[in-house]
Amino acid sequence: MRALTDGTAEGEVLFLAQELSFWGGVDAATGRITDHTNPACGHSLTGRILAMRRGRGSSSSSSVLAESLRLRTGPAAILLSVADPILTVGAMVAQHLYGTACPIVLCPDQDLSAWAGRTIHIVAADGVATLVLKKGWAPPRPAKGQKPL
Amino acid sequence: MAAGAVPHKMIRLSETDRAMLGGAQGEAAAFAMTVLSGFAASVGAPGLLDITQAHIDGCLHHGQVSLDFVDRLAAGGGQVRVPTTLNVGSMDLIHPELVRAPPALRADGRRLMEAHLALGCAPSFTCAPYQTAARPAFGQQIAWGESNAIIFANSVIGARTNRYGDFIDLCCAITGRAPAWGLHLDENRHGTVLFRLSGFPPSLPASDALYVAIGHIIGSTSGDAVPVIEGLPPPDSEDQIKALGAVAASAGSVALFHAVGLTPEAPDLATALGGRPPVRTIAIHPDDVAASLAGLSTVPEGTAISAVCLGTPHFSEQEWNRLLALLRHRPAPAVPIYVNTGRETWQRLATDGRMAVAEAAGIIPVVDTCTYITAILGQSDGAVMTNSGKWAHYAPSNLGVDVAFGALQDCIASATAGHVVRHRSWR
Repeated sequence: MRALTDGTAEGEVLFLAQELSFWGGVDAATGRITDHTNPACGHSLTGRILAMRRGRGSSSSSSVLAESLRLRTGPAAILLSVADPILTVGAMVAQHLYGTACPIVLCPDQDLSAWAGRTIHIVAADGVATLVLKKGWAPPRPAKGQKPL
Repeated sequence: MAAGAVPHKMIRLSETDRAMLGGAQGEAAAFAMTVLSGFAASVGAPGLLDITQAHIDGCLHHGQVSLDFVDRLAAGGGQVRVPTTLNVGSMDLIHPELVRAPPALRADGRRLMEAHLALGCAPSFTCAPYQTAARPAFGQQIAWGESNAIIFANSVIGARTNRYGDFIDLCCAITGRAPAWGLHLDENRHGTVLFRLSGFPPSLPASDALYVAIGHIIGSTSGDAVPVIEGLPPPDSEDQIKALGAVAASAGSVALFHAVGLTPEAPDLATALGGRPPVRTIAIHPDDVAASLAGLSTVPEGTAISAVCLGTPHFSEQEWNRLLALLRHRPAPAVPIYVNTGRETWQRLATDGRMAVAEAAGIIPVVDTCTYITAILGQSDGAVMTNSGKWAHYAPSNLGVDVAFGALQDCIASATAGHVVRHRSWR
């Protein structure tokens, strides 16, 4: 699969049926989704593999993603169906400034919802990503006080 | 090249681009080229093209990363390769006492604005670079940030830019290059969605409010398509078309519109559409205009107001002259009237005394920033009135205030009365 940014990551997939704008939708200080119109509001991105069809919203989302990666509250990796330049730039800038890898992988033919809650190991190098689904399946763990997605 | 970057496999770089990527122009240029080519690859651009100028929307403080990015470029010897203007920041550097923010935030805001100057950017600090000496010309390839500036450059001037933003606009400026895709190319600049004014009187006046309503309608219904407007009366001033674009780019993600017979790439309908039939045709009726304007206010007429905010985007010299004429022979306003404006415009008015007249009449000029993004308005009860569709769109969520939209004349009348007054219909 095509990697928009390189790096190695492992984490549990947080699948969002509704696309998320990082600007106005994520608190970089905590890594939590704050967009009240998103059903995943309140869930944490920290260490998770964020999976959604595409990015959304303001170009300031680059800054919010990069700031969350600086603070180590950001996602471990991002899986997208459609390439997103704004998230790509955010991850590249964080990688360059802070050495934090957040591989962004393009999965155009994959039903990302099928991976919800799965743990995936990602190795992305030279623009090519290999994904390994870990054995076993655990249902997505809702955050405290949250309904499961 | 930084680890983790994978651009060069996806796009064709020129010899100069590759040399820059390899560090021939210094570390900062290599970093900027790395990020730029990664961006270009992710949008599917086959390569890069030369730009003649840039406008940077990086002066708003989004956290430590904003400062770290600019500092890293400066430390790597970064200098912009094309004339580059700066968008608004988080501080009014000329009237710093206006900004109500904790000292640390004020210091960071100021430092971020000043750090850009070390890279060779001009201290314009305006969202309306098209009002400055840096205004581009028809057909120029540019890389601009700030949604209202982008839509103005593309639509009103016919210069060519995509919607650039955080980090990437500065990477374009440092490299002098932009991805060869989207609105930089002829084939993507034709309109696809046609908006036709229908059921309006033939002598429809070009009122400020009509322009805002049309902008609001095309912005909320075009997605990222290029809209074409047919039947718009010729504007009284460039400011009306500025207001249309600003609200269209706020309510949606429009980066280019054509107004048949009015904007440079739309001498006639067929040219605006590139000779193809529109994908969609949407009629705009007088009722739609009224509904759109009603949607820009959260409070009814008669509601008490605590302030009036003008100049989003930044007030032009012509708008200042209109305002000064309206203020003449009027009692002092009951509430403060804030006017955001660029420092180039402010300087002209300060030099010839017009600014002193405005301030004596109760106007509070705000320079280098804007009242919808910076904490300037005092805490008080009552709604805020504005003549800007963009301000009306963002302020309720950004500032948590109620808002009333009205034409400039009504804003001034309301400031005198202390509550929302509307004499002017859009007709």
